[in-house]
Amino acid sequence: MEKSIYHIFRSSSEDTDIMNELFFHFFIAAFIVFLLVAAFLIFIVRKYKTKTLEKDHFTIQENRLTERLTLFLASVLVIVFLFLTVKVIFKIQKTPTEDQKPFVKITGHQWWWEIEYLGDTLFTANELHIPTGDKFVALMESADVVHDWYVPALGRKIDMVPGVTNFVWIQARDPGVYEGMCNEFCGAQHTWMRVEVFAHEPKEFDKWFQAQKEDAVEKPDSLFQKGKQLFQDKVCANCHTIRGTTAKAKVGPDLTHFASRNKMLGGKAEVNYENIQNWIKDPQKMKHGAYMPNFLMTEEEINALAHYLYNLK
Amino acid sequence: MKLFSFEVPEPTEALPSIKSRYGILQWISSTDHKQLGILYLWVSLFFFLVGGFEAMLMRLQLAWPGLQIVSPQTFNELFTMHGTTMVFLVLMPTLIGLATYFLPLMIGANEMAFPRLNAMSLWMTLFGGLLLNFSFFAGGAPDAGWFSYAPLSEKNYSFSSGLDYYSIGLIVTGIGSIGAGLNFVVTTLTMRIKGMRLRKVPLFVWMVFINSFLILAAFPLLNAGLVMLLIDRQLGSHFFLPNTGGSALLWQHFFWAFGHPEVYILALPGFGIISEVIPVFSRKNIFGYTTLAATTVFIALLSFGVWAHHMFVAGLGNPINTFFAAGSMLIGIPTGIKIVNWMATMWGGNLYFSTSMLFAVAFILDFTLGGLSGIAVAIVPLDWRVTDTYFVVAHIHYVFLGGTLFTIFSGIYYWFPKISGRMLNERLGKWHFWLFLLGFNMTFFFQHILGFMGMPRRVFSYPDLPYYAILNLISSIGAVFMLIAVIIFIYNIFKSLRTGELAGNNPWNAWTLEWYTTSPPQLKNFETLPDVTSLRPIIDWEKQKAIQKS
Repeated sequence: MEKSIYHIFRSSSEDTDIMNELFFHFFIAAFIVFLLVAAFLIFIVRKYKTKTLEKDHFTIQENRLTERLTLFLASVLVIVFLFLTVKVIFKIQKTPTEDQKPFVKITGHQWWWEIEYLGDTLFTANELHIPTGDKFVALMESADVVHDWYVPALGRKIDMVPGVTNFVWIQARDPGVYEGMCNEFCGAQHTWMRVEVFAHEPKEFDKWFQAQKEDAVEKPDSLFQKGKQLFQDKVCANCHTIRGTTAKAKVGPDLTHFASRNKMLGGKAEVNYENIQNWIKDPQKMKHGAYMPNFLMTEEEINALAHYLYNLK
Repeated sequence: MKLFSFEVPEPTEALPSIKSRYGILQWISSTDHKQLGILYLWVSLFFFLVGGFEAMLMRLQLAWPGLQIVSPQTFNELFTMHGTTMVFLVLMPTLIGLATYFLPLMIGANEMAFPRLNAMSLWMTLFGGLLLNFSFFAGGAPDAGWFSYAPLSEKNYSFSSGLDYYSIGLIVTGIGSIGAGLNFVVTTLTMRIKGMRLRKVPLFVWMVFINSFLILAAFPLLNAGLVMLLIDRQLGSHFFLPNTGGSALLWQHFFWAFGHPEVYILALPGFGIISEVIPVFSRKNIFGYTTLAATTVFIALLSFGVWAHHMFVAGLGNPINTFFAAGSMLIGIPTGIKIVNWMATMWGGNLYFSTSMLFAVAFILDFTLGGLSGIAVAIVPLDWRVTDTYFVVAHIHYVFLGGTLFTIFSGIYYWFPKISGRMLNERLGKWHFWLFLLGFNMTFFFQHILGFMGMPRRVFSYPDLPYYAILNLISSIGAVFMLIAVIIFIYNIFKSLRTGELAGNNPWNAWTLEWYTTSPPQLKNFETLPDVTSLRPIIDWEKQKAIQKS
């Protein structure tokens, strides 16, 4: 994938278009105001500068006209932008109607994202896959502290507040990968709570969705089986789910199709064999503060587990 | 005709002050507003170095992607303590300190209304600050950001005792600030020299006066919130814990209902300083005294109707967001009028660019930028784009540094001769100014762009996305320039204290009452003062004297 400049004005949704447009208008207005102030100030400084501190001083009568003019101009700007603000927010943050059922529920955890496809109850983690096309509602919750969902190209940002269910409209017109991140400081590894959203053509999406609905793969080779056994024995299953096995806990990310993902640890590392090994070996070294314990496994066990996990495509 | 002169009332009660003029005991036990003002300034300078050191460490860590100068946990403690220190222990005490020193002088009083309360305020501020910083040695500093969003600040998520020190430390300094606010209000109302009507006080006094009401109304909110947080953490209650019946948003409301007035608490006295400095160095009366005074009141009132603009992304709903967007944008109007009035004061004057004036003019420009980026985040949809990114970091620093700190520097260059009796070196001052201006804009201007490029605030590192590295590097280099400028400034202070040019009573030919007495003023500020009939008493008296002679 080529690296283009990442910025918040890239847009793949109507909402972002609207916000960008408002941003552009405000930017122009602010730029003019700033230029006026700067020009006026520079003019005054150049014109009235003196080399010595004069003893004389004089009074100029107050000029109410200047003040009223400022008042008027500032008020006009405020009224215009207040009007635009109201117009835009009621358009973007529209309460969904009865038949606009939420499509996904995204729950922020310290420091990963739990994604639940509503209606079909599919759980995944850390990568959001969506079909291109119309906008849909996503519910936002938090399992612990305040997080914030922000994928600039797909819509507004919204806090995930524990105890509150927020909603946001998400839309991707074009297929592609959209980067986002947690925007509210949420603890030690706030930095590495990034997210990638993959927008697929609806057909592609269905294919992906069906693949994800499958239980975890089963492989006969002994290393895989050993890894699977270790996953139970070493209590990994106390926190993680791997569908098709007895691992059903929901504390950590769902790992059923772990290796199908691009990145792990909230975007900190690519999913590859080596990173998985390192992660199991010493979680604190890779992501300081993460809640994954170090199980002090032997080299052999680590290899087996990493092999197992890396095969969960 | 004989000049009228009025006896300046002296407090009747004897004060527990050791009479000897020197010695540390005398400073510790002092209730003299001038000594306390100076102590405030030293306390601020000390914490300024602490907070600045924290900032430098952060900029070092962020200079390049993937650096590991400090651990993530340490980084979180650093930015928490940097923000908390700079707001509560640097900007607040400096402004309160300047006001403690100059408010009585400017209204022709010999002392504050409550000298002992004044001393208590200072020591509460200092000890609160020390308590807060002691957390570094007591198992870990607070690590939940300067606004400590619950439940991250709760025991379950912040294990060290840092947040406990944060709560207690800020409660203690908060009590100090409330004491100072009360003192300013009563002093302004009761201690003015005869003839000085409330509508004729210098604008600095007026703005500190209005500001004190803000302190009195805002700080109790913070302290209430902090007490609740402390009870949550220590006694296991659930004010801010949602899964056991509390509310995470409640903390945000408490904090910002205090926090946004706090922004104006840090801005208004600065506006006051500017309103003193610009006229003197323009050799003109302030333009639109009434308007400047009135807009201050408007800002103060409006500042209590804007807090939820920090929560536009919290999902409060469109009607609430509209209300707070309106309030926040409205504040732009009185502020804009102020900026025009300051420029109009300069218009047609004889501008003399001492370092103090340079900072004042740079303030106008940088604060305008900070104000405009403030309006940007008041427009809800734009807030949904840029809040909690580096854009906001840039914005608050344009307001607090380009705004408040520039006014403080301006005020210190302006008043240092009065406080010490000696002038600050102007050559060093200009180095300080230009280096700081360059460094400041380098550091923070580019952070706007980082915000547009989606870099979230409060991250200890960042992915190596295109241009992230170079922009962060520029920002860090700017911080080095600021560091050099501050070193020059401090060197200048120590050098000028010993060898600076003698100032005389009134080195700037200014016209407010503090320049009427000696530099530095004696323990008793004034023996007698003539009648105050206008905003420029010293000039009036000089004119009268000249008439009498002829």
